[in-house]
Amino acid sequence: MMREITLGQYYPVDSVLHRMDPRTKLFGTMVFIVSLFFANSLAAYGAATVFLILVIRLSKVPFGFMVRGLRAVMFLLLISVSFNLFLTPGTEIFRIGFLKMTWEGLRLAGFMALRLVYLVIGSSVMTLTTTPNQLTDGLEKGLGFLKRVGAPIHEVSMMMSIALRFIPILVEETDKIMKAQMARGADFESGNLVQKAKSMVPLLVPLFISAFRRATDLAMAMEARCYHGGEGRTKMKPLHYARRDYIGYLVYVVYFSAVILLGIVPK
Amino acid sequence: MDAQKTGEEHGILQEDEIRMAIRAEHINYLYGEGTAFEQYALRDVSFEIGDGEFVGLIGHTGSGKSTLIQHLNGLIQASSGKIYYNGEDIYQDGYDKRGLRSKVGLVFQYPEHQLFEVDVFSDVCFGPRNQGLSKEETEIRAKEALTLVGLEERFWFQSPFELSGGQKRRAAIAGVLAMRPEVLILDEPTAGLDPQGRDEILDEISALHREKGMTIVLVSHSMEDIARYADRILVMNHGEKMFDGTPKEVFRHYKELERMGLAAPQITYVVRQLQEHGIPIEGDITTVEEARDEILKLLEKNSGKAGDRP
Repeated sequence: MMREITLGQYYPVDSVLHRMDPRTKLFGTMVFIVSLFFANSLAAYGAATVFLILVIRLSKVPFGFMVRGLRAVMFLLLISVSFNLFLTPGTEIFRIGFLKMTWEGLRLAGFMALRLVYLVIGSSVMTLTTTPNQLTDGLEKGLGFLKRVGAPIHEVSMMMSIALRFIPILVEETDKIMKAQMARGADFESGNLVQKAKSMVPLLVPLFISAFRRATDLAMAMEARCYHGGEGRTKMKPLHYARRDYIGYLVYVVYFSAVILLGIVPK
Repeated sequence: MDAQKTGEEHGILQEDEIRMAIRAEHINYLYGEGTAFEQYALRDVSFEIGDGEFVGLIGHTGSGKSTLIQHLNGLIQASSGKIYYNGEDIYQDGYDKRGLRSKVGLVFQYPEHQLFEVDVFSDVCFGPRNQGLSKEETEIRAKEALTLVGLEERFWFQSPFELSGGQKRRAAIAGVLAMRPEVLILDEPTAGLDPQGRDEILDEISALHREKGMTIVLVSHSMEDIARYADRILVMNHGEKMFDGTPKEVFRHYKELERMGLAAPQITYVVRQLQEHGIPIEGDITTVEEARDEILKLLEKNSGKAGDRP
């Protein structure tokens, strides 16, 4: 029941995208997201579609996994689409009471839906092809320049990687405690809201205790290995750009210019 | 006791004569069905556990023991296969799974990690209270369970977090016993305890079996413990059942067991070495007591002979 949580949902296959430097992928995701906000014509969205299909193909991850993230934003999607459909002023298509659907609204809602769906799929591609550790490594190195202005990049990324590392552990722990309490007749499903909240106590108390225990254990283990922050710390697997990364950046430039141009030309 | 055990060997084979508490038929369990992580945790596992039996379950880490025992009280649903409890199919519609869980008590590994109440006594009351029993009945059962596990009364109203490891473990086991289960399954109940705490807990479990006639399934990595207490051993390897028999039968396959990352009890090896050196100890020895008896018998025989010798 707890296995459905898909944060840091890495999908282990070997593909060009998996082998790519996390910085390249992070930057690519950023470019893609920004491009979606620039895209304002059918042709520009066409370019985004082509880019996305290409990337999904390259990643070798089954398409089903990509759309899985969409379930989470389904509600948001519905709301924003219906608001856009009915509340955009313009040429009327039909009217139900005070609500009228307009051509402009239809266009806006369509683009909005596409943008949202592409956003989710685009970022899923990154999390599916990059392990959480690679991701934080990439963030640390990619944002390294901020250290010069005093931002605690290393600390933040260390915290992030520890947090990510602990998610599956805590999920497993929750599962275990839940089962242990169910073996003692606990019922987590039925009852009204108050009863449900109450039934969480036998789960949450042991979970918190175990989280604190693990945190102190980890702090101890880190100190025992002389961890003292990022200063002068070296990496076992330092990040290096390879040829595929340069090609990646080149593709981004081409793609981004295409989106901008396709947006401008028809007007 | 041991002569009895060998006598029973035949009894166990005649299934119809003994009431079967649990019957598992062709259990398969798949992890992450339909994804890249798909993997068999259990593959075509079938067995029966008779009423009042003491069954030892062994297998190296990741062999599917823990997954298997969670099937027995319905916490995990098999991908395919059937499980019967007292002849009833636990997967049939409308089967009372919560009721099953109070009849098949499951003590998880490190059960003290599930303690949550302000004091030991209220924690032990959690199970019976979930069964919907009255306050009086709940307290009677909690007292009974705490006495059964041998936790002294002065600890009952302390916070579980102030107790020692062994005491916490016992409090947690009491939490399951308070539901008065007919079958008790324990997943490595002695892991991480000192030798004294270990022996005490095992003796209490054995007493539950002897005196209350409780059916016990004990998961353990200690071949000595299993050999000492279990009437029958199930061996799991890579999600499949490899052996099923009395300790003597199973530990005869010690070579295969070693290949699975398991072993026979140390005393079995000692006796084998002695036998190889020409000392005629008889039978398959699995416990130190048996070895002692056999060696004493041999010495007596020899001293009798020694008189005849020139």
